[in-house]
Amino acid sequence: MTGLDLAFAAAAAVAASAGLLAVTTRHVVHAALWLVVALLGVAGVVLLLGAELVALVLVLVYVGAVVVLVLFALMLTRAPIGPDRAHAAGPGRTILAAVVGGATTALLLSVLYPLAGGWPGQLLTRRPVSTSQVAAQVFSTWVWPFEALSLLLLAALVAALAVSRIAARGSTP
Amino acid sequence: MIHLIGPFVLAALLVGIGLAGVLLRRNAVLVLIGVELILAGALVLAVSISIARPAAHAASSVLPLFVMTIAAAEVVLALAVILAVYRLRGSIDLDTPSEEAR
Repeated sequence: MTGLDLAFAAAAAVAASAGLLAVTTRHVVHAALWLVVALLGVAGVVLLLGAELVALVLVLVYVGAVVVLVLFALMLTRAPIGPDRAHAAGPGRTILAAVVGGATTALLLSVLYPLAGGWPGQLLTRRPVSTSQVAAQVFSTWVWPFEALSLLLLAALVAALAVSRIAARGSTP
Repeated sequence: MIHLIGPFVLAALLVGIGLAGVLLRRNAVLVLIGVELILAGALVLAVSISIARPAAHAASSVLPLFVMTIAAAEVVLALAVILAVYRLRGSIDLDTPSEEAR
């Protein structure tokens, strides 16, 4: 165990426990707020792995934009303040979800454990990736996927507008 | 120095938790939170693999950035569809059948 291992374990524990709370809490708004904590934990993990730009973009895009969108959607759909007992899942479904989630985790671990080289696995040499390296990659090797992604974002924007216009026309008799 | 098993365990946990959330939730917006957790697990895996095995076309930070962009586009569209459904049906409970199905 190294010091970075301990820091990593702490950030990972924050991410996993906040994720668990985000999917199990009864309060609808709290679920979105626990997602913020989970994503900040993931950003810390990514930062410890040495990908600074990815961690910063994660905070900007997810915590800054996606969670705000989710909160807005919760408000626009009149999410109840306080515990939402009307939409609680039954015990059978809770058990099913827990079993499927646990089985998926076990399956992934059984695949990834040999890849990591057993316990505690291969030692990662931390090579911080500088932003200029990332920029050089994006605008040389990955320039066409990058352009396709900008088109995808434009398409998503137009499609979101179109979907909301269709719904507005359908609701007015 | 970090041992490789740590990121792998975290990725597996996040994907499992996210999948359980997708199955558990009845509110359509909260299903998206599960999807976000699954994508976060994939992100951790992509970053750790790119550090463990640097490739020729080292996509170390580029691939995670692309994943995040696609996830953002997906969330925007999904929320637009959910809001449209809410306006049409007045509810985003995934368990109530629509009027055509009744």
